[in-house]
Amino acid sequence: MKKIELNDVSVSYIVGDFSNVGLKDVIIQKLKGTYTAKEFTAVKHVSFSLEEGELLGIVGSNGAGKSTLLKVISGIMRPTEGTMAVRGSIASLLELGTGFDGDLTVRENTFLRGAMLGYTREFMNDTYRSIIDFAELTEFEDRKFSHLSSGMKSRLAFSIACLVNPEILILDEVLSVGDGAFRKKSEKKMLEIIKGGATTLLVSHSLGQIRRLATKVLWLDRGEQVAFGEPKEICDRYEAFLAGKQAEAAQQAQQAQAQPEGTGEDDDD
Amino acid sequence: MLDAVRNQITQLKRHKFLFEELVKRDFKKKYKRTALGMIWSLISPLMQLLIMSIVFTNFFGREKPHYTIYLFAGNLTYSFFKDSTYGGMSSLMANAGIITKINLPKYMFLLSKNVASLINFGLTLVIFFIFTAVDGIAFHPRFLMLVYPVVTLILFNIGCGFILSALFVIFKDIQYLYDIFTLMLMYLSAIFYYTDDYSETVQKLFYLNPLYVYITYIRNIVIDGYIPAWPAHLLCLVYALGALGIGALIYKKYNYKFLYYM
Repeated sequence: MKKIELNDVSVSYIVGDFSNVGLKDVIIQKLKGTYTAKEFTAVKHVSFSLEEGELLGIVGSNGAGKSTLLKVISGIMRPTEGTMAVRGSIASLLELGTGFDGDLTVRENTFLRGAMLGYTREFMNDTYRSIIDFAELTEFEDRKFSHLSSGMKSRLAFSIACLVNPEILILDEVLSVGDGAFRKKSEKKMLEIIKGGATTLLVSHSLGQIRRLATKVLWLDRGEQVAFGEPKEICDRYEAFLAGKQAEAAQQAQQAQAQPEGTGEDDDD
Repeated sequence: MLDAVRNQITQLKRHKFLFEELVKRDFKKKYKRTALGMIWSLISPLMQLLIMSIVFTNFFGREKPHYTIYLFAGNLTYSFFKDSTYGGMSSLMANAGIITKINLPKYMFLLSKNVASLINFGLTLVIFFIFTAVDGIAFHPRFLMLVYPVVTLILFNIGCGFILSALFVIFKDIQYLYDIFTLMLMYLSAIFYYTDDYSETVQKLFYLNPLYVYITYIRNIVIDGYIPAWPAHLLCLVYALGALGIGALIYKKYNYKFLYYM
């Protein structure tokens, strides 16, 4: 059964309107007639589908629209165009460590986060011990969350989200958390979840990780879908693309050095 | 319509655990885990009352009976409104880190924040009843009707909280405007003065202010010794449902758009 299906999905943000100014500025701008709202399309016409138990690796440089796409799939945003179907319970780990409360203890934060992810209290009572054990935070349970190191915070976030066997798991740069030992452990746990039949979406800048784990790869560039398909082929192409970009950048740097007074052409990205 | 309501109820049930945890969090944050924190939130309205009663007894209330209770009833209602709406206003922005990462019903944050204000209000209400007893107003079964203005006031506050929290996401300077607005509201709510001296028309105009309606209802029951007629009931309800309705509409319309401004 298809767990996730995206059909020609586009997502636009509203920029340049009142998000940065106050009420009085908007009123003044409206009166003057200079008020404008622009749209910025972060994801353009993306289509793909995933079967149960598949792991989709999403690659692309910064600003390619990866996180926006994950936000749409996890239901935080709505597609501006196109249709989408997501079937099953979602555990979404977007940018670890955010959404925790620094003033609360590790224990309180664990329960709060569990509640946010839609678990029941009984479930959290039963699972709490193993979450803390997995995150290796046994001695820190009653410490304030803000006293933890960032690695510890990420470990906790990962453990809460992953000890629940969700049907759909969304991971944004998550597997790069903690030290080497924890990374291995978390990768193992993830594989377990995937083997258990979960459909996973993984954003990672580590191509090695994607080659190892993914069954499908989606390559985005500035919101456009460049390719979707077999990991090996796409990763190779993406690597070649990155190498080309690097060479280009190096060449430009050389040119800039040879010609200290630049012509003013900006070709940055 | 009925289906929508039923849906909403199942959703509420599913999020009961989250709601409890949010309430705990807001409560702990509000009182900073100190016993004094809780006492302070009670002392503060009492101190206000003390100051107001010392100052205003000399201006307005000398010849009126139960002036302190009159003052208390007004201040109690106004403080609850202010506390609840200020908390409500920031409830979305304060949880921006969560809202932009996890898909949750956004009204939960406002409701949990309101619980803390409500507990505060409840405690102040207890002190209010002690004051009335001390001031020689005996308890009367009529007092049970106070449930009506209190419940409608709670709904009104939640509605205003919805509206303000949405505005605050989009217009960050709304909090300064709201400071001025609440100050103005305080002077227009007849908290420390009487409206008897005004002309009939002006007295009617006071009813345009929802807070005045709630305050007057409470005073009628406690001080004047009667249950107000049906127009007061209707007004209480209309203001509550009006605020809630507008708030709910805004939330529905902007549910997926708040994100752009956070």
